[in-house]
Amino acid sequence: MEQLKTIGRELAMGSQGGGWTGQSKEFLDLVKSIGEARSKAEEDRIILREIESLRRRIAEPDVPRRRMKEYIIRLVYAEMLGHDASFGYIHAVKMTHDDSLSLKRTGYLAVTLFLSDDHDLIILIVNTIQKDLRSDNYLIVCAALTAACKLINEETIPAVLPQVVDLLAHPKEAVRKKAVMALHRFYQRSPASVSHLISNFRKRLCDNDPGVMGATLCPLFDLITADVNSYKDLVISFVSILKQVAERRLPKAYDYHQMAAPFIQIKLLKILALLGSGDKQASGHIYHVLGDIFRKCESSSNIGNAVLYECICCVSSIYPNAKLLDAAAESTSKFLKSESHNLKYMGIDALGRLIKINPDVAEEHQLAVIDCLEDPDDTLKRKTFELLYKMTKSTNVEVIVDRMIDYMISINDNHYKTEIASRCVELAEQFAPSNQWFIQTMNKVFEHAGDLVNVRVAHNLMRLIAEGFGEDDEGADSQLRSSAVNSYLRILGEPKLPSLFLQVICWVLGEYGTADGKYSASYIIGKLCDVTEAHLCNDTVKAYAISAIMKICAFEIAAGRKVEMLPECQSLIDELSASHSTDLQQRAYELQALLCIHSQAVESVIPLDASCEDIEVDRNLSFLDSFVQQSIEKGARPYIPESERSGMFSVSNYTSQHQHETSSHTLRFEAYELPKPSPTPAAPQISVSTRTTDLVPVPETTYYTENNQASKLQPVLDASSADHGIKLHLVGVQKKWGRPTYSASSSTTSSSEKKTNGVTHLDGVSLQSQGTLYDSKGQQSEVSAEKQKLAASLFGASAGKTEKKPTSTQRAPKANTATAERPGVARAVSPEISKQKAASSPPPDLLDLGEPISTTTPTIDPFEQLEGLIGPTPGPSTLDNSVTTSEQKAPDLMALYTDTPPSSSSSISSGLGDLHSADKNSPMAKNVPSIKKGPNPQDSLQKDATARHVGVTPTGNNPNLFRDLLG
Amino acid sequence: MGIRFVLLVNKQGQTRLAQYYAEHLTLDERRALEGEIVRKCLARTEQQCSFVEHRNYKIVYRRYASLFFLVGVDNDENELAILEFIHLFVETMDRHFGNVCELDIMFHLEKAHFMLEEMVMNGCIVETSKSNILMPIQLMDKAS
Repeated sequence: MEQLKTIGRELAMGSQGGGWTGQSKEFLDLVKSIGEARSKAEEDRIILREIESLRRRIAEPDVPRRRMKEYIIRLVYAEMLGHDASFGYIHAVKMTHDDSLSLKRTGYLAVTLFLSDDHDLIILIVNTIQKDLRSDNYLIVCAALTAACKLINEETIPAVLPQVVDLLAHPKEAVRKKAVMALHRFYQRSPASVSHLISNFRKRLCDNDPGVMGATLCPLFDLITADVNSYKDLVISFVSILKQVAERRLPKAYDYHQMAAPFIQIKLLKILALLGSGDKQASGHIYHVLGDIFRKCESSSNIGNAVLYECICCVSSIYPNAKLLDAAAESTSKFLKSESHNLKYMGIDALGRLIKINPDVAEEHQLAVIDCLEDPDDTLKRKTFELLYKMTKSTNVEVIVDRMIDYMISINDNHYKTEIASRCVELAEQFAPSNQWFIQTMNKVFEHAGDLVNVRVAHNLMRLIAEGFGEDDEGADSQLRSSAVNSYLRILGEPKLPSLFLQVICWVLGEYGTADGKYSASYIIGKLCDVTEAHLCNDTVKAYAISAIMKICAFEIAAGRKVEMLPECQSLIDELSASHSTDLQQRAYELQALLCIHSQAVESVIPLDASCEDIEVDRNLSFLDSFVQQSIEKGARPYIPESERSGMFSVSNYTSQHQHETSSHTLRFEAYELPKPSPTPAAPQISVSTRTTDLVPVPETTYYTENNQASKLQPVLDASSADHGIKLHLVGVQKKWGRPTYSASSSTTSSSEKKTNGVTHLDGVSLQSQGTLYDSKGQQSEVSAEKQKLAASLFGASAGKTEKKPTSTQRAPKANTATAERPGVARAVSPEISKQKAASSPPPDLLDLGEPISTTTPTIDPFEQLEGLIGPTPGPSTLDNSVTTSEQKAPDLMALYTDTPPSSSSSISSGLGDLHSADKNSPMAKNVPSIKKGPNPQDSLQKDATARHVGVTPTGNNPNLFRDLLG
Repeated sequence: MGIRFVLLVNKQGQTRLAQYYAEHLTLDERRALEGEIVRKCLARTEQQCSFVEHRNYKIVYRRYASLFFLVGVDNDENELAILEFIHLFVETMDRHFGNVCELDIMFHLEKAHFMLEEMVMNGCIVETSKSNILMPIQLMDKAS
């Protein structure tokens, strides 16, 4: 029996396209061996051998054209499987010159696959494209336009642009469609080059072919995204088109699974969402058609749900309308309650859009959201985190950020880790309920995401610890600092810490390590020395550490205590004094110098807790005035400003020339200037330089690069303060701290708690009936209790004050309707499940999402197939004809629908009504796509014979090659 | 740009068709990308979503017998619609080849590409009528 099935399958391999004839045995052999290759290594061997033979044979003189086409396809295979076939590119280019359409198109295809649009060979093709755009054969014109979309770059646009514009009015709709897309491509490449032609898209929107109209939506979408306001006048047109599409006035050929042109509907909904966003008047036009689509859409098919989802997006984007929002919420809740993960995913996304308008929507779905959050499916989990991120407020920030961090720790994907880390930081900065929590959260983020965190975040954290919280509560500030110090000393015990985090730790320990007197200076210094030992190769961390040690020593000296130099600290200083990094050297010497000077001087060099003090730099050096005066009195020559000096002309000329040269990026031939000598070590200036390096330690210091880097790394510092490089610039920085507010958060009331229970109850029932997620009832109730707790903390039960009486009355009817709906929902769900069950019994490894086809297609009976072969060949089915007739009829009607301006559609609708009823009379047409045209048995035999000839059989190495994709 | 690429890969991770729309990738980039996403998608179970996030875009995939259809899309694309677009592509090939199987696509790689060329241009879905998609290909077959 099994064998018979296989034979049946083999016979079913018939094809309209004439089977596998017309290809050489070599090609069939190649495909066979690739198809049966067991490993990538084997595949690579086959391709390398193939490339060798092609390299030889493709260059032979007088290769027949058909044979050459095959070679080119073999090259495509080689490149597709990851091997370089550049030796054959030129032959693909040559093939585009061929007169035969099929060869020409194959040539164009190969070229578009092989070449990027800046490849040298492109220039050879532009000429061919130009020629082909003038061809009488519209299929050749189409091929050239398709190639133009891929190959024409910014430079070559002018070469084909006039022709493409002419083709927008071509009598063949296929050409017009492709010309529109070519122009779209040019717009994508270089908007400026086609800016004067944009009105053409508006014109094509009214094309009387629905294909051209549908294609035109693509460029219009891009244009509207770029500039909404210029297209507001089209709202009415788009709405009217959408209405007609939804009313099935497009040719049947555009139907997909009983939906009328769903892909066009979706594109239109996307456009309307843009146009209606924040525009009450435009939105007003859209409401009606959206309501219609909501009503008409079938939520039983995937495509129906795709359109519904797009409606939800549109509703949440345009000016809010209560009725539509209700419909959107209802659809969303259907998605969320679905068994399909895909729909849940869409539901979570939709919920994220709806809560922007009405945060209460989420409440009803608490448990569904938590289910998704705990789902093992990563995609769903991430989407749910996105939702949580959107609904974070001060009451639930702790739970959400904790969850995010846990998840962040568990994943390896750096890209996503970075994203989620920055989200954690953002939420923590915005909503932190307490300073303690904030510091702990940041510690966790730094510990686990480490160097993926933006440097800015580290600087922010240091600043926050230094500044306190803007309130004049010194006690709280110092408490925060000492808790930070405590936590950092604990964390330093961890074996591996990211560099950025260590920098923060060193800085905080240096500033505040000894501030509260809990830890001795030598203890902190010892810890800092440990840090440098543990991170031998990281100069930045070392720089931070040595500066911190310097500060602690300074504080000790200033307080009148003697600093005893620990042996490890002394050896660190010795090591750094001989470091390759001049920055580290300088810091080490500065520390040594500091240890030798008087305590009062030290105090003014590094004052205690002065990181927030502004340091005023006197650029005129006025404090030297008296000294200058004295010197002049003693007979010194007065200073002459540079500009007033004589003989400066040539020099200034020289400098201007020199500036000109550097700005124009030409080579510099003169030597670089010598570095300026360091400023005199006047006390305030030392503190300037230490502060600078303190903020931004740079491995290699010359004064020039240091300043430069300071301004680069610290975008907070504006240009002028970057010159001085000292001040933490805080103006204009968002205020991160605030008291938790009760405004949006206090939404949960006693009534909603009841509702929570209602939801759990329902969920429990549905779970029970499906029995898929949880095995036993007991476990289930346990789980849901836990989840309820989580739900309560996420959705704001913490604000359990019943201060909003009106909401409870408002909510009561809502809750009623919700419960009233529920049985209906449950009923709607259950047949779906049974359907799914029925559908899931056939082939086990077919990922099919409830296709009508998979259920209607009869499994092929080998015996019937064999009988069919013996009997006369059945005609290719009459159904086919009915399709074509309906298509022929359609264009005329479409002409009606598009030629008239969309607003006045009364006459159209009467005309189109006929089509509608006519279509109803022939329900057969509907079934056409789902009924398989029987494979032509003779072709099958031929195909089979070829296959056997080559040696590919379903019983061979890879029987999968023969499996029907649509099962 | 909605669609960034369309990939057909079989259960063993062997590429059967690859078309990129957003930018031209070098062979090495392509190899690395295909390896990464195929590994990601093949590891997933059937209960899980048919969508996977990868770098800064999403992959929508669907399995037919031994063949995976993977479509890389931008983040603001309607995933369900892309899922159905894949099915439309398969249905279209099925109409042309009759009970399309992996081997049909391998023997007629260029035709599979031609169909895709009709359906997707500049990363946008431009044609969804099966007869419109297949017409040029049938005409070409007749001519040759």
